Amino acid sequence: MTLCIGSVMASSTDLDIVNVTKRFGSHAAVDDVSFSVAPGEFFSILGPSGCGKTTLMRMIAGFEHPTSGDIRIRGASMIGVPANRRPVNMVFQSLALFPMMSVGENVAYGLTCRGVSRADAEERANRMLERVGLKGFGDRRVTALSGGQRQRVAIARCLVLEPTLVLLDEPLGALDLKLREHMKIELKQLQGTFNTTFAYITHDQSEALVMSDRIAVMNQGRFEQVGSPRELYHNPATPFVASFVGETNRLQGEAAAASNGTIAVRLSSGAIVQGQGSAAAKAALAFVRPEAVALAQDPSPLSNLPNRFEGRISAVLFDGAASSLLIDTAGFEQPVRAVLPQAGPLAGIEVGAPVHLGWTADAMKVFAA
Amino acid sequence: MIAKQASRLTLFLLLAPAILWLGLLIVLPHVEILVLSFSERIAPRVYAFGFGNYLEFFTEPLYWRTFARTAFMSILVTALTLVLAFPIALYIARVAQGRLKAMLLLLCLLPFWVSELVRTLGWMILLRETGVISYMLRSIGLASQPVELLYNDGAVILGLVYGGLLFMIVPLANALESLEPAVVEAGYDLGGSRWTVLRRIVIPHAMPGIVAGCIIVFMLTVGNFATPVLLGGKNGLWFTEQIYAQFITRFNWPQGAAFGMLLLLLSSAIVWLGLRLTGQSLGTTLKQA
Repeated sequence: MTLCIGSVMASSTDLDIVNVTKRFGSHAAVDDVSFSVAPGEFFSILGPSGCGKTTLMRMIAGFEHPTSGDIRIRGASMIGVPANRRPVNMVFQSLALFPMMSVGENVAYGLTCRGVSRADAEERANRMLERVGLKGFGDRRVTALSGGQRQRVAIARCLVLEPTLVLLDEPLGALDLKLREHMKIELKQLQGTFNTTFAYITHDQSEALVMSDRIAVMNQGRFEQVGSPRELYHNPATPFVASFVGETNRLQGEAAAASNGTIAVRLSSGAIVQGQGSAAAKAALAFVRPEAVALAQDPSPLSNLPNRFEGRISAVLFDGAASSLLIDTAGFEQPVRAVLPQAGPLAGIEVGAPVHLGWTADAMKVFAA
Repeated sequence: MIAKQASRLTLFLLLAPAILWLGLLIVLPHVEILVLSFSERIAPRVYAFGFGNYLEFFTEPLYWRTFARTAFMSILVTALTLVLAFPIALYIARVAQGRLKAMLLLLCLLPFWVSELVRTLGWMILLRETGVISYMLRSIGLASQPVELLYNDGAVILGLVYGGLLFMIVPLANALESLEPAVVEAGYDLGGSRWTVLRRIVIPHAMPGIVAGCIIVFMLTVGNFATPVLLGGKNGLWFTEQIYAQFITRFNWPQGAAFGMLLLLLSSAIVWLGLRLTGQSLGTTLKQA
């Protein structure tokens, strides 16, 4: 979809990655990847560790050089431009604050590198610190800051340079859960107030889903799908995206008859599920989200669903709003995961209780395995 | 109560060798030398308490000039060693990996498997009038006469820098190794040139190692005897030679003892000054060394 980007369109994008490949020996860490990021966009690259996302980010920053392809920032090719001359700044996974400098010096560092006078740089650094909520922290040592404050210094250090693009390499990885949830919202707000383009890489799908305007799902050096969080979640293009983004029930079987848009998949037990999609080959994978699984105490409310089964609760995984049930269902090898109803007749359901479950055909995505 | 006493006794027994070592070999001789340095010879075999030996150092220009020369040359040698060792340490700490790193450190260590005397004699073989370098200069036509490269300050500095290099490289490489690669990358990423990154990130980070290496090399150089004597000859004029002359040639032990104390005090004062100027504390420096 981004192959058509030429010099005419280049001015309307902040970043264009054009057929970039990076090989280490015979192994392609990044394999023919193309995408564009629009100004002001929060773009995430989501993938498991070792998928090549860090290599891709380091190529944009200028620490690695692509084997082939082009990287353009506001239309200008970055091939051969060293890291310190690119209008791109990076927030490192370890944050990489300068421990030998004070907070203010950390933020002013980039400005003084550009030849801004010391007094001017200090003033602009202080103003930036104020905007990220660290007013009066200029003289502190970076080692005396909390995790969240260090995070903000690392971002302030980049934003003070007014870069075209800020790269963030899993900067929330080192924080504890509570702070991470808080920083997700804060990062998104910061990006909104500064209206700077962010490219964020992470292996945590929740980080990507919460913050991003668009997400690219990366696997084994390639992009599987690029789209909005909702698109990825509701219309995954590949089985990898379906299973990597969000919780899902994964069923393996053989494609049987297909009729007017729905396809039947026969599981190894003989049970048949109805879904949507296509399976060119015999082997097929079917996915259904836990929240798409409807539960009932008796079969009548589910009578119009094409997929209807009976099961028994094998586990209640209580986690507040994210609570779920595991249901041992006849015909399924794995227990089916469904959302725990928090209200209604099934609210107090316990392990061992019998239950009826079902889902529509369009809630089930079928892919060739 | 008994257990406490027993643990105290254990502690004392464990510390005893170290205390004996320090006491007998370092503290006791120095006290002896200190006492000796305050005794003046008023008649043959008659000594009295006095500051005459110390006054002699300040009134006789040869002595304090030799000391000033030794101190200045030692500072120069330390600075040269630092400049030479820094890129080597940087390479060992940041570029070399695994076996190459171990090999490079071993290469630095290798010259120290032979004694200082033999190493210095090696330099003499290279530098003397009938030596290897003189012969090579003549054979490629750069010199018509045999060239004497020994017995000048250059030869002394060369030998001392060579001897100090390892003691600079090891603390420097240690300090540089602990610098996180991402911090250096961040330095470039935010627009820093190589020089800016070196000046504002790498050197400040390595400062404890730099100071530790400088103290070690300075102390070793100031107190060196064989290298200035052998490579400098009569022109060596190292302060340790004055001490040697007082003790051995002139048999004036109190004067030699006073010179020894002065060397200790003055070189300590220079180290203290160096620490103050670079804003380092002895504690962090010792941790690095």
